[in-house]
Amino acid sequence: MASTTQLPVPPAPAGSITAAPVTRTKGPGRLRPNLLGGLGGWLWLAIIIVPIYYVVITSFKNQAGFFASNPMLPATEPTLDNYKLVLENNFVRYFTNSLIVTLGTVLPALLVSFMAAYAIVRGKGRFLSLTNNLFVLGLAIPLHATIIPIYWMITRAHMYDTLLALILPSVAFAIPVSVLILSNFMRDVPNELFESMRLDGCSDWAMMWRLALPMTKPAVITVGIYNALHVWNGFLFPLILTQSPATRVLPLSLWTFQGEFSVNIPAILASVVLATLPLLVVYVVARRQLLSGLTAGFSK
Amino acid sequence: MTALGSANRGVRDAGPSGWLAVPALVFFLAFAVVPLIGVVFLSFTSWNGLGEIKLDGLSSWTTVLKDPVTGNALVVTAKIMFFSFIVQAPISLLLGVFTAGGQKYRAALAVLYFLPLLLSSAAVAIAFKALLDPNFGLGPGFNLPILAQDWLGNSDLVLFVVVFVIAWQFVPFHTLIYQGGVRQIPTSLYEAAEIDGAGRFRQFWNITLPQLKYTIITSSTLMVVGSLAYFDLIFVLTGGGPGYSTRLLPLHMYLTGFKANDMGAASALGVILVVIGLGLALILQRLGGKNRNASQLEGA
Repeated sequence: MASTTQLPVPPAPAGSITAAPVTRTKGPGRLRPNLLGGLGGWLWLAIIIVPIYYVVITSFKNQAGFFASNPMLPATEPTLDNYKLVLENNFVRYFTNSLIVTLGTVLPALLVSFMAAYAIVRGKGRFLSLTNNLFVLGLAIPLHATIIPIYWMITRAHMYDTLLALILPSVAFAIPVSVLILSNFMRDVPNELFESMRLDGCSDWAMMWRLALPMTKPAVITVGIYNALHVWNGFLFPLILTQSPATRVLPLSLWTFQGEFSVNIPAILASVVLATLPLLVVYVVARRQLLSGLTAGFSK
Repeated sequence: MTALGSANRGVRDAGPSGWLAVPALVFFLAFAVVPLIGVVFLSFTSWNGLGEIKLDGLSSWTTVLKDPVTGNALVVTAKIMFFSFIVQAPISLLLGVFTAGGQKYRAALAVLYFLPLLLSSAAVAIAFKALLDPNFGLGPGFNLPILAQDWLGNSDLVLFVVVFVIAWQFVPFHTLIYQGGVRQIPTSLYEAAEIDGAGRFRQFWNITLPQLKYTIITSSTLMVVGSLAYFDLIFVLTGGGPGYSTRLLPLHMYLTGFKANDMGAASALGVILVVIGLGLALILQRLGGKNRNASQLEGA
């Protein structure tokens, strides 16, 4: 993460005795160049980039250009028409819906999971340990298996085709992993801190917000990002629980665009670019935070 | 498990009230546990998704168990799970180790590696559908006839195409997990090994791999259990076809319930899915997840 300002160690001839390795940055295998690793690394880069490149260049082609030109070459006359077409087809509404569902899921899920994790880590008793076990078990429940009863419940509650229908089950399915990550982090907060706050006459409620929350901030961010990515890209609940364009979210809109513009592949790919753009902006702005958050959450 | 965190020495108090866990518990019970019980119940009924739900004994189960498509879906699920694990696990481990190294160019590569994390499964599927088109994609683009196959229409090839696309989308996430794991390995281990004259390969084998034990377990669990969630990708990419060649269990359940309107049979398939998910999670836990807390000695 934090790389030093020192120059990389020059590659040493194989078998030679190099000077003491004091100047090395952290990490394994710094002495000799890793040719095999480098080769593999660049190869994987090509695998990652080709589809992305293809999608981006194709989205700027017009229909005729798409059929006539080499698919791997950029458009000779780039056009924004595809983007205009997608934007004119309710794209802004789908974007707003996705935003509402994502925030509406992530914030409540964070709040209830944080409180539960705090109670599980700091509290005692059978009730809390049973709750914890239930959440651990919940990690293994494949979400897809429960959609039929969820569909039944949502229709019975007259919530079918509303955004709330997407939010409620999404919150529930975000809870197990959130509680797991948050409680793993919270266990590392030294007990002495809680004890000294207790001696100062602090209530548990105040300790939760003034000690546990600041101390677990990285985990809270991790959980928020992880859930947001999941919900933003979620497909199954929208597919089953909504129907009309008024409640359509972005991933589902891609699928419907595919139906509407079936032969207009450049337009479909423009919708893919547009749907990914918001996350790309977030990625560019907050890459370090985002990646280190995700790493810390799972490699702990 | 919970006792570990709350076993405090100094001040003995009851800790926070269990009520803090109640909101999370209510959400989880209502939208995960109740549906889970519901799916078992519905598997003994017949329902077309709109009309009345009638108890129907074991008829849904006999339908499902007699249907050769179910057996086929199980085989497809197992194949996809197996092959995508075999492909993803080594690639993401090696890439994780590679990107954890210090050179600047690796960091630059890694920025691009993680781009697929931003795309929804629907977007990935649509992108690859266009890219793999024999007339307008990879084949004519690179002018290589071997690339101009009907990738998604050939029932012998399509499963491997699906495995490849899954890897494209999910390897970055696991790479990230491994990268975090590698960065937590104390550098002193490598320094000592170097003094002892251990080469890169020995270092990888004798230090990196054993030190990554918990990371490997976490990542593998997510990979295997997560493969039951490749629904969106396959739904948009192939729709389960051609024929039944990529119709894995969750997709088979969706099509049975929401397209063929047989919610009873779909629920029976849902129950099978739950049993598989829980079974896999238990096996993986047994394989070494037990001592998770030991890994927390190293802070993030």
